[in-house]
Amino acid sequence: MTPRPSTLSAPWLLAGPGALFFIGLVLLPLALTVILSFHAYDHSTGIQNTFTLSHYVAVVTDEYYLEIFWRTLRIAALTTLICAAIGVPEAYILSRMRDPWRSIFLLVIIGPLLVSVVVRTFGWSMLLGSQGLVNQALQLLGLPSARILYTETAIVIALVHVMLPFMVIPVWTALQKLDPMVEAAAWTLGASHFTALRRVVMPQVTLGMLSGSLIVFGLSASAFAVPALLGGRRLKMAATLVYDEYLQELNWPLGAAIAIIVLVANLCIMLAYNRMVEARARRTLG
Amino acid sequence: MAFLTLERVSKEFGTFTAVRDVNLTIDKGEFVSLLGPSGCGKTTTLQMIAGLVEPTQGRISLDGHDITHEKPNRRGLGVVFQSYALFPHMTVAQNVAFGLEMRRVPQAERTERVREALSLVQLSSFADRYPRQLSGGQRQRVAIARALVIAPPVLLLDEPLSNLDAKLREEMQFELRRIQRKVGTTTIMVTHDQAEALSISDRVVVMEDGRMTQVDAPYRLYEQPSNTFISSFVGKTNLLAGTWRRSGAEIGGVLLEASAPEIAAGTPVTLSIRPEKLLLRDAGAGRLDGRVASRFFLGSQWLFTVETSLGTMTVTIPNQGEEPPAEGSPVSLDWSPANLRVIADTAAAA
Repeated sequence: MTPRPSTLSAPWLLAGPGALFFIGLVLLPLALTVILSFHAYDHSTGIQNTFTLSHYVAVVTDEYYLEIFWRTLRIAALTTLICAAIGVPEAYILSRMRDPWRSIFLLVIIGPLLVSVVVRTFGWSMLLGSQGLVNQALQLLGLPSARILYTETAIVIALVHVMLPFMVIPVWTALQKLDPMVEAAAWTLGASHFTALRRVVMPQVTLGMLSGSLIVFGLSASAFAVPALLGGRRLKMAATLVYDEYLQELNWPLGAAIAIIVLVANLCIMLAYNRMVEARARRTLG
Repeated sequence: MAFLTLERVSKEFGTFTAVRDVNLTIDKGEFVSLLGPSGCGKTTTLQMIAGLVEPTQGRISLDGHDITHEKPNRRGLGVVFQSYALFPHMTVAQNVAFGLEMRRVPQAERTERVREALSLVQLSSFADRYPRQLSGGQRQRVAIARALVIAPPVLLLDEPLSNLDAKLREEMQFELRRIQRKVGTTTIMVTHDQAEALSISDRVVVMEDGRMTQVDAPYRLYEQPSNTFISSFVGKTNLLAGTWRRSGAEIGGVLLEASAPEIAAGTPVTLSIRPEKLLLRDAGAGRLDGRVASRFFLGSQWLFTVETSLGTMTVTIPNQGEEPPAEGSPVSLDWSPANLRVIADTAAAA
């Protein structure tokens, strides 16, 4: 049977709107950014119509930029680690709760996503500031006040707060698929509660934890509002650096070059991570 | 001789009593089934023995030791769950070895015992597969091997065959019995399938509404059910309500001859007669005349429903290779009075 022309074109028509959106909103701006990053720039005359690799060379050879990249990587990795350490037990407890408590706590966990990141970050800066609630509490206890605001610690704290739902939800989904009797089976075979968790439950939520980690790492490495508001002007991360290059220095080509480098670096790390860890886990878990 | 004993065991969930006052003594090497409809408390009873649910009241002892409050991982009982609960991220061999690993059995002995257990359930060539690569029946056998490899004093089976299709279920019934005979492990099986309970158990415990109502050998349970619920739950039966007179039961003005010396005259009773104990005769030749309302051919036997003056009766007759009476034809039912089972009515009659 030969398909009629209309059925042949149907898949294209159906995929068309999505593809157009993707091309218009992702691929086109990305391509323009790549092109922009190769344009020469002059401080007095602006963007030139000549092409150069100088921006890339400048970025990868300058200590200043490298330090910001390392900081971004370090903060993103630390945030991911802490999110996993908090999020996995949290998801487990959540999955063991009964309704209505489960629904209530799920809402508590997802709730912060409904509030703008900027608002939440201002909240943290009020809490962590030199006269903030945290320092007032320390003073009440007779402890010396700590400088938290405008440090990497502040950025990590706020990022963990913002990113936690992205870790809890995939792990929770993985736990939902788990047969609750599997844990009981491990007990009857002589495993303690801890051993059952470690040997039977954990390996099965690994996939959820890995996808959660990818999301958290990717979002943390490109986070803008949190480092901009809690890191101050000195403590920059990749996204705030790009912002400054564009809007303070007005050196758009350099900003574009940094953005592309961050994108490629992020992509490389995620793909490598996926290859190394996730592929292996997927082989045993199916 | 009592190996596993439950004394006045009860379990309440809030205001709901799932199990009340269960007393049960099981001997070493016995195969006992807990039979009942869903929600009768049989699974809760099994979970209390396994240690997954703590009894509200009562005492459970194993081989003379009180295990009522012992943690499941200290009891060392083998449990096969309804969903099998295999560890999906471990191979068949790793699944089976898990219990031995927890007991710190040396590697060499562990390998040997896993090999033995897998050959017992005839899965030796599947040792390196993952559970998801196995069929339902194979998974079930892995679950049995995993429970038996630790040489448990008692094997607990929670609806082990309910996830299998009819043909496989029958095969696995024989398989379960073969394994249990070979290993000699005391076994308790929970099931809602009366045929399953009757075919493989030494004794059957019938549970209704959290209570044990009869504990008997399968044959006696079938022939002498202690109440009307059991007589209709275990196998098919015809029930006739009437009043007891000295030499029989009066039903709808007819006196049916039966014997039940312990029942006082005038007591309301229910008569129970199994479909296979009724005989189909030519009209007028039997004890009760009627007309064939419908007939179903089941291969090895015929299933009839016969309209009589006492109500509709179900009759099964073996397929003897010739066509039996057609629908609508007048027939007569006959039976041996000894096969009429008289049950004194109680409030619990369902």
